[in-house]
Amino acid sequence: MKRHLISAADLSRGDALLILDTAEELASLADRPIKKLPTLRGRTVVNLFFEDSTRTRISFEAAAKRLSADVINFSAKGSSVAKGESLKDTALTLEAMGADAVVIRHSASGAAHRLAGWVRGSVVNAGDGTHEHPTQALLDAFTIRRRLRGGRGGTGTGLDGIRVTIVGDVLHSRVARSNVLLLSTLGAEVTLAAPPTLLPLAVDTWPCAVSYDLDTELPKSDVVMMLRVQQERMTAAYFPSVREYSRRYGLDAARMARLPDHAIVMHPGPMNRGVEIAAEVADSVRSTIVEQVANGVTTRMAVLYLLLGGTEFPEVAA
Amino acid sequence: MSPASTSWLIRGAEVAGPGDRAVTDLLLAGGTITAIGAGLSEAGARVVDAGGLMALPGLVDLHTHLREPGREDAETVETGTRAAALGGFTAVHAMANTEPVADTAGVVEQVWRLGRAAGYCDVQPVGAVTAGLAGTRLAELGTMADSAARVRVFSDDGRCVADPLLMRRALEYVKAFDGVIAQHAQDPRLTEGAQLNEGEISGRLGLAGWPAVAEEAIIARDCLLAAHVGSSLHVCHVSTAGSAEIIRWAKSKGWPVTAEVTPHHLLLTDELAVGYDPVFKVNPPLRTAADVAELRRALADGTIDCVATDHAPHPVEAKETEWSEAAFGMTGLETALRVVQRAMVDTGLLDWAGVADRMSVRPARIGRLAGHGALLAVGGPANLTLYDPAAPAEAVSPAGASKSRNTPFAGMPLPGRVVATFLRGIPTVLDGKLA
Repeated sequence: MKRHLISAADLSRGDALLILDTAEELASLADRPIKKLPTLRGRTVVNLFFEDSTRTRISFEAAAKRLSADVINFSAKGSSVAKGESLKDTALTLEAMGADAVVIRHSASGAAHRLAGWVRGSVVNAGDGTHEHPTQALLDAFTIRRRLRGGRGGTGTGLDGIRVTIVGDVLHSRVARSNVLLLSTLGAEVTLAAPPTLLPLAVDTWPCAVSYDLDTELPKSDVVMMLRVQQERMTAAYFPSVREYSRRYGLDAARMARLPDHAIVMHPGPMNRGVEIAAEVADSVRSTIVEQVANGVTTRMAVLYLLLGGTEFPEVAA
Repeated sequence: MSPASTSWLIRGAEVAGPGDRAVTDLLLAGGTITAIGAGLSEAGARVVDAGGLMALPGLVDLHTHLREPGREDAETVETGTRAAALGGFTAVHAMANTEPVADTAGVVEQVWRLGRAAGYCDVQPVGAVTAGLAGTRLAELGTMADSAARVRVFSDDGRCVADPLLMRRALEYVKAFDGVIAQHAQDPRLTEGAQLNEGEISGRLGLAGWPAVAEEAIIARDCLLAAHVGSSLHVCHVSTAGSAEIIRWAKSKGWPVTAEVTPHHLLLTDELAVGYDPVFKVNPPLRTAADVAELRRALADGTIDCVATDHAPHPVEAKETEWSEAAFGMTGLETALRVVQRAMVDTGLLDWAGVADRMSVRPARIGRLAGHGALLAVGGPANLTLYDPAAPAEAVSPAGASKSRNTPFAGMPLPGRVVATFLRGIPTVLDGKLA
């Protein structure tokens, strides 16, 4: 594996399987009364969050703490960053503090890439602008494999032949970019379903299929992944109204009924209930939304463990 | 610098002229070329051995940001003209987007005087089209034209004159004093927040796309306006294949349209953005390899009239940041001729006479600049550049005479070397160093 995790494209199929399999081993830890391993004792992980994202930050924080790492949370609000300090100076400060890994969330695409040029530790991209969010894709892949390949029975296998439909604002979605790359690396057949305005111009160069019609995709989907749609897109003329968007691309109960029986419904959160996903869908048995959150901690543990080269491998499998 | 009274004998230079290349001597005295021919001699003249060197008319840049007044931390007239001389230029046009904006006679005369004081090359100020570059009402174009700076080129460069009515009026108005409007063609609505050429790379990197049509639509509109009112339009930094095609069509109608292309758009593509290094962030953005090929072809066939650097110096902190936060722009004066050699001459698209035409004759003509852009001839101004095209390709150093270091060519091997530059018979550069 590379030293940093910035793009899902950094991961070979072997790398991705190693992370998923490691996460599978770590998952059994979650059922134990004591959830902590000594693996990263004495190592420092910095959560560098320039954007508010409590759910992602606490997920990484829990992951690092369960591996016994020291965690420093650096939030841009109210810090020197708010006073105009540059990303580079922030990076040099963290470097001086001896961060072994920096988990960065930033509103600018490429921020994680830039940071990696300025620090010695490993950089984990926790979402950069409209570029990528690779650990989200890993936890999604982990969730898909568990649900459709039957838990530990899936260990060592990819997602070959699984048909995944990703729906919504692909153009602005870091989740979609990372998932297209990772899921196709793992052998899944990915289709993007969205209005043409919310697809990148050169989407035909991506390793996936494209459809403007959600209804024709649903009966052949094993997985439907709904993306959050931001209401402000409407003012930039990406779609005429939230109601029209919801009517054409929202997943309601009627649409869910068109899915095969085994199909699952995913959402990276936070959800707009009633816009891209109806409440009865979000709360249905097909929904993996709560599992995704739990799997996020496990998957991020695996990423930190593998990047930081923890020496005491957990004997949790025993 | 040596005294103006010194005469110079340039021995054995190759002079690029239409159709032929001849090795000859040139004698420079009193600011003019006093003799051209084999075996010249002159008592008291200093001799430059120019064996193997090309003698080109002094280069003229239609598009330079010297940043003074206002951003002297990035560049000054003094440092910018030093960089220009080292690049073989004897005249540059200083763009109007300074602080304060060059939209009055006072500011353009200040820039013009600073250029005269620096002495490394002539500085011809460009005036703003609209007051404060705000795009709402015309600046006092006639007053700038009548000032000591004798402004003839007007541009809001950095911003587009987007309002079609204002553009029409500007084109019409400058006819009274043979002016030209140099348009920065960029539809503002189609490029809100835009970061990189819209295509495969921008989609992959998650950077907001900058569509080619945002440039092409404005160029098409402005060509039609120029034809309608019978006035001169110059298109700044053409960056797409479609733009070249529109300009070719406008010229085929006989319309008064000229255009420039930057060295970086002749050599670099948007793929360089994959590392998110903002040294490759520029306005208009780097485009695709297909665009580069078409721009080269258009420059070779004369559709695009000239090369202009769009030299845009920025301090280190403006580029050592996230891509979307970084300033647009690249330096270019010191590397322009070497880039043109690599992109146009070494590829067989343009000969050295063509380079003289595209980098000196035509930009001087478009800029209405007297005393520059004349092919080397007896009685003509002694503005010339000695260039060694056979110098082995050397990696570009980011540290040059410019105050800024934001060259996209740093570390890239480029052929050739500017050996000497003469401004009215006085060397500004000798042996590759400032004289």
